[in-house]
Amino acid sequence: MLLRTSPEHPIRSSEITPEAVYLNRRHFIGAAAGAATLATAAFLAPRILGRGSNGGNQSSAAAGAILPQDRRFKALGPDDPLTPYDKVTTYNNFYEFGTGKEDPSQNAGTLKTDPWSVQVDGEAGKPGRYALEDLLSPHKLEDRVYRLRCVEGWSMVIPWQGFPLRDLLRRVEPTSAARYVEFTTLHDVKQMPGQRFRVLDWPYVEGLRLDEAMHPLTILATGLYGRDLPNQNGAPLRLVVPWKYGFKSIKSIVRIRLTRDEPRTSWNLAAPQEYGFYANVNPQVDHPRWSQATERRLGGGLLAEIRRRPTLPFNGYAREVESLYSGMDLGRYY
Amino acid sequence: MSTAARAERVPRSRAAPHVRAVRALKPVVFLLSLLPLVLLVRGAFTDSLGANPIEALELRTGHWTLRFLLLTLAITPVRKLTGWSALIGWRRMLGLFTFLYATLHFITYAALDQALDFGLIVEDVAEHPYVTIGFATWLLLIPLAVTSTKGWVRRLGGKRWVALHRLVYVCAIGGSVHYLWAVKQDIRGPLLYMSILALLLGWRLVATRSSRRPAA
Repeated sequence: MLLRTSPEHPIRSSEITPEAVYLNRRHFIGAAAGAATLATAAFLAPRILGRGSNGGNQSSAAAGAILPQDRRFKALGPDDPLTPYDKVTTYNNFYEFGTGKEDPSQNAGTLKTDPWSVQVDGEAGKPGRYALEDLLSPHKLEDRVYRLRCVEGWSMVIPWQGFPLRDLLRRVEPTSAARYVEFTTLHDVKQMPGQRFRVLDWPYVEGLRLDEAMHPLTILATGLYGRDLPNQNGAPLRLVVPWKYGFKSIKSIVRIRLTRDEPRTSWNLAAPQEYGFYANVNPQVDHPRWSQATERRLGGGLLAEIRRRPTLPFNGYAREVESLYSGMDLGRYY
Repeated sequence: MSTAARAERVPRSRAAPHVRAVRALKPVVFLLSLLPLVLLVRGAFTDSLGANPIEALELRTGHWTLRFLLLTLAITPVRKLTGWSALIGWRRMLGLFTFLYATLHFITYAALDQALDFGLIVEDVAEHPYVTIGFATWLLLIPLAVTSTKGWVRRLGGKRWVALHRLVYVCAIGGSVHYLWAVKQDIRGPLLYMSILALLLGWRLVATRSSRRPAA
C-alpha cells in the first residue's frame, strides 16, 4: 500500500525552525512577531472552561500558562498551537515511574541525571562509554517544534531542543554491517520505582532502522521549551521521532547499540499484535482495540478537545519520510 | 427482598441499635455517593482534571461505576456476616448510584469522547469488543434501574423480580471485562476489581450451597 500525503496537509518548511531563527531569537523577543506568536500560541487557544476571572485559584491561573521566555517558540500553524508547558510535563507515559499519566511528574524526582553516561557499542567504529557532556559537546542544539502523536489517540505540539541523531551516529562510525540502532533506557529500581512491577520487560528498549535513525527529522533531545528536560519527559537524553507513535521516542537513554538485526523492542514484545516495530503514525491502520483515524489534541481545554482532528499519515511528515517505506506494506509492517 | 420489606417495617421504637444507625446513616451515604460527581463537575469547571480532562472524566466515571457495583453486591454478604440485616435499606440506593455513574460514563463517552457522532459511536461499539461489552453492560443496567421501585417488585412478583435482578452478576462481570480489556498494559487495577468481585460471588456460591437456599 502506498501512502500519499494529503494535499490539504502539506508539511510546511516553516514547521522546522531554522537554526538562524533560533540563533537570532533575542531579536524576535519583544518584537511584534514575538507578540503575535505569543498571542497565537497562548491566548487564541480556546480555553472555555476554567479560564474565567476566578484569579483566586492559583493552580488554575498557572495551568496552561506560557511563560514570557517561551515567546521564541512558534506554533506550527494556526491549527497547531504549542501545547502548554504544564500539560507537556504533567501528562506522560513513562512506566518506569508508574503507569498513571501523572505518576511520572510526581515520582521522577528520584532519577539522578548527573552524572550520566551513554554506552555506545555494537557495529560502531568508535564504541565506548561517553560521559553525557562529551557526548553533547560537539553538537549545537537546535529548536525543533514537532507534533507528538501517542498511540493512545492523543497528541501535543512540543518545542524540543536537541540535535540530529545522525550527527552522533556519524561520529561513532557505523560499520558496513550496521542496519539498525537499538536504544536502552536506564534500568535501576532505586531511581525508577515503577520498575518494581513487571508491566514491561525492563529495561525499556526501542529501535530504528539505520536509515530512519539517519533521517534529519530524527533528533536526540535534551530540553523542551528552552529548559532542561524534566525527568518525567526523559532527562537527560531522549529520542524524538516525530512521524512515529510516541512510544518509539525512548526516554532517559543509557545505551545506543548499532546492530545487524532488528532490535527486540519493549512494546512489540509485550503485545506484538498491537505494537509493531515500525509504529509509523498511520490513520489507516487501526490499533486492534481502537481507531487511529483521529486524535485529540491536548491543551485547548475540555470543550475545545471534544472535536477530534484527523490523524495525518506519518503524523504530517509524510513528504519527508514516506520514501523510507516505498514498496513496503504498511498494513503488515505496522 | 421480603426481608427488606420486613426490616423497613420494624417500628422505630423497637428497632435494634444497628437498625437505627443504618437508617440514620442513609442520608449520609447518599451525600457521600454524590461527592464524586460533585468533584468531577468542579474539576471540569476549574480545569483541574489534568491535561486530558475528557479522558479523566471517562476513567473516573468508569471507576465509580465499578466501585458502586461492588458496594451494591457487598450488601448481602455483609448483612449475613454481621447480622445487620437493615443494610438492605441501602442496596437500592447504591444500585441506582451504580446506574447513575454508568450513565455518566456513557454520556462522557458519547458526548465528549465521540462528540455525539452517531456513525462513529455505532462503528466503535460494533468493531471494538471492549466497547461492545461496556455498552451492552450499560444497556443491561437499564431494566434493573427501571424495576428498582416497590411498584415494580409488586408488579413482577418477588420471584420474577429476583430472577431479573440476577442480571446484576452479568453486569458486574461485563463491567470488569470491559475495564480489563480497555487498559493498555497495566492490569493491576482491573485485577483488583475482579478479585473483589470473585470474593463477593464466591461467597454467594458457598453460602447457597451450605444453606441450600438462594442467597440473592
